[in-house]
Amino acid sequence: MRYLPLSDADRSEMLRVIGAGSIDELFKDVPEEARLTGPIHGLPPHASELAVERHMTALSRKNMVAGDVPFFLGCGAYRHHVPASVDHIIQRGEFLTSYTPYQPEIAQGTLQMMFEFQTQVARLFGCEVANASMYDGSTAMWESISMAHRITRKKKTLISSGVHPHYVSVSRTMAKFTEDVLETALPELTAGTDADRLIAGIDSETSAVVVQYPDILGRITDLTPIAEAAHAAGALLIAVVTEPVALGSIRSPGEMGADIVVGEGQSIGVGLQFGGPYVGLFACREKHVRQMPGRLAGETVDAEGKRGFVLTLSTREQHIRREKATSNICTSSVLCALAFTAHLTLLGEKGLRQLASMNHARACEAADRLAAIPGVNLVNDSFFNEFTLKLSVEARPAVHAMVEKGVLGGVSLGRLYPGVDPLKNGLVIAVTETVTDEDIAALEAALKEVVQ
Amino acid sequence: MTVNPSGWRPTTPANEQGVADTVTGNRALMLEEPLIFEMDGGDTTGVDFAEVPKVAARLGGLERSRPIGLPGLSEPETVRHYTRLSRQNYAIDLGLFPLGSCTMKHNPRLNEKVARLPGFADVHPLQPQETVQGALQVINELAFWLLDLTGMYGVAMSPKAGAHGELCGLLCIRAALEARGDKRQVVLVPESAHGTNPATAAFAGYRVENIPANPAGRVDLEALKARLGPDVAAVMITNPNTCGLFEPDMKAISDAVHAAGAFVYCDGANFNAIVGKVRPGDLGIDAMHINLHKTFSTPHGGGGPGSGPVVLSEALAPYGPLPFAAKYPDGSFKIVEEETAGEEHPGAFGRMVAFHGQMGMFTRALAYILSHGADGLKQVAEDSVLNANYILRSLEDLLDAPFGKSGPCMHEAIFSDRGFEGGLSTIDLAKALIDEGFHPMTMYFPLVVHGAMLIEPTETESKASLDQFILAIRSLAKRAKAGDQSLKAAPIHAPRRRLDETLAARKPILTYKEPETAEAAE
Repeated sequence: MRYLPLSDADRSEMLRVIGAGSIDELFKDVPEEARLTGPIHGLPPHASELAVERHMTALSRKNMVAGDVPFFLGCGAYRHHVPASVDHIIQRGEFLTSYTPYQPEIAQGTLQMMFEFQTQVARLFGCEVANASMYDGSTAMWESISMAHRITRKKKTLISSGVHPHYVSVSRTMAKFTEDVLETALPELTAGTDADRLIAGIDSETSAVVVQYPDILGRITDLTPIAEAAHAAGALLIAVVTEPVALGSIRSPGEMGADIVVGEGQSIGVGLQFGGPYVGLFACREKHVRQMPGRLAGETVDAEGKRGFVLTLSTREQHIRREKATSNICTSSVLCALAFTAHLTLLGEKGLRQLASMNHARACEAADRLAAIPGVNLVNDSFFNEFTLKLSVEARPAVHAMVEKGVLGGVSLGRLYPGVDPLKNGLVIAVTETVTDEDIAALEAALKEVVQ
Repeated sequence: MTVNPSGWRPTTPANEQGVADTVTGNRALMLEEPLIFEMDGGDTTGVDFAEVPKVAARLGGLERSRPIGLPGLSEPETVRHYTRLSRQNYAIDLGLFPLGSCTMKHNPRLNEKVARLPGFADVHPLQPQETVQGALQVINELAFWLLDLTGMYGVAMSPKAGAHGELCGLLCIRAALEARGDKRQVVLVPESAHGTNPATAAFAGYRVENIPANPAGRVDLEALKARLGPDVAAVMITNPNTCGLFEPDMKAISDAVHAAGAFVYCDGANFNAIVGKVRPGDLGIDAMHINLHKTFSTPHGGGGPGSGPVVLSEALAPYGPLPFAAKYPDGSFKIVEEETAGEEHPGAFGRMVAFHGQMGMFTRALAYILSHGADGLKQVAEDSVLNANYILRSLEDLLDAPFGKSGPCMHEAIFSDRGFEGGLSTIDLAKALIDEGFHPMTMYFPLVVHGAMLIEPTETESKASLDQFILAIRSLAKRAKAGDQSLKAAPIHAPRRRLDETLAARKPILTYKEPETAEAAE
């Protein structure tokens, strides 16, 4: 077998050194009745690289590839162009095949990259500190609610109706078991968000208010009044960013007073990958850092006074604090963080702003063309690269009908909010720099047919 | 800008007798590298864009006005920056990486290739289901083989890593207990457990109590039985355990736990030792996570991404999370999520992640399982155990092996620092191992062994590689037992000498600050 270097001669010689007559003797602690006598039933024998590649390729061809068709899906995962050098960098064996940097003297590459990533995320979000990644945006959001509760010692959280329903769902799952109170509502197909409802709902029991920016329908709300109201009541503002490219064009949540900013880093460097692995972003104020979950790289010096980096503030973490840790997270998403940081380094401030402007311009153009179709109305008056259309027909069958025409034409709100009648005609369209004029024309034509 | 601010200091002393430092701070192939923030070329970008059409912004009046402070580099500078950084890392591609309980095995490159096929890499998680049949089939096939290999009843594929899988398992247990109106509050965890076990139990809202080990390094069955009662929800056991030993009483433990109305959670971090040889389902286990990034070779990437599917017993399967991929009699696949859960999976405890789990890891793990097949996976377990025992028996005359007398180990061998002289401890041997060109073993874990050194070579090491490692450890063990103080200076050949972790924690510097801001803050 190509992945196993030992020869039969090696095995015999090693058994002799060990003093065992057979491999089975090494498994003598396993009760006889639990040991399988031969290879496990069902699984076929080993296969050549060629055979496995053939099988996997055949499976991959059963999927419709985003890049092969006019493609307009977003809602928490975005298709951006990732420069070829990013994939080259994350395939460097020294990054790809290393472990969590427990031995800093021989892990400076990963540690320095983590420190750079933390700095980029903190700056992008307008926060003082950021950690070196979480699993994804949805789990980062629950962790932020849980962190807010540790800080405020209160258990009630108001979640904006504009937060991704899957993210809300993940938090609900956890809250059931921790007895936290989450208050939320369904979004409405209007240009305005529920900022006023949130502000009115804040009271002395409130631990945190959670707002997505831009929200699930693509709308952009000024977070400042919500932050002021939350702070006046001793609560924290948590902002959730599922499309960080937007922050190349719009103000950061930190600037507007958010205390914790979490997000999904997938759209920078990572790619769609059918939902994972992605990379959770997590930033906050420095004064709260000891309540933060996850790994942190920090600067220090070595025995010769040279600058170096180590994992730090580990007394928050499970391997030291066990049941008193801030989170149970261990393995996070460092390789995806590397993709994120490398892509962002390539972009730089100038490139990110250009990329963001390009996205916004393409989206504005598409929004106007689609809204001109009879039976199609644009819900948003503000958006970045994603907006919601209200169709004259149900959006979910419309999406399937567009697939028949070879167009992946957005995410229907019927998929995200099944059974919610007032939302069923809503269709969320994301338009990134990867979308061409021809793609927009194809969507326009397909949509025209399905709404008629 | 100074030359290489990351390493070079005019006051840096020469490292070796009579050898002057270089002007640049570099030492041939050991290249110092500044932070991206220290290299910023101002307006530089490594990405070219077509001209941006002019539009009237519809950003809700929230246009960014302040600079973000993000440095940009051209493509050659970027590639060089990360390539230089990468060379400061040790990796399994470079040599033996014997971190115990971490299973640092070779990462096959076929797996990287298949994960990057556009049909997997360029597919959106919310695409209509008729357009993602291949992706759902991958999840379903992998789930099928994981069930085959574990002899369990159901599997939750969405957890993102091992600790997330533990959480999934405990939430299934909690949901199952609540379904029968049982409010048990306690989870029992052995002293030798990974830190994630007690942290997860607390995260799921349970109170954690430790159970002791017996002198042979196994769970003390009698002590466990004595503690079981109507308040105990679950027992979390690692098998093979963190001392590298199989729990021979596993079935008796499971029976006792079940008789007391509780569930058995197994930490599957060490599944590599028994894959294809032993089915956890035959040991009475109710839930076990499988680290695809350990046993099934998906790369660790310096700390993730992982993937932690959880196999479940018949008693727990009805409570597994949403969403999941189900196969229908006509051969098609569907995602079961909130919409149809009422009919198809009414007991689900909820959703753990936004989408469908770690698809990129599923494709890699499936390619790995198919490559090895039934015979290959059995050989994986056997070779991993053979390699560990070879190390155990090649070192036990020099290093104290606390459980060496009780018989063979499984996939990892544990030693203590007993007999080291002159104030030397495990860390000194570990850091000297760096100079010899190896990654150190897991140090000071599990806590039940003094100065623990937990060595897991994995099956992908050749005998020659093991022999060189043994040679290095034997030499260092002799020095440690002789109290050789020069070990305290190790490592001396690594990109950095020992780093001051106390300083890092006392005065945390977690982000880069430009010198003028840094000074102003002081």
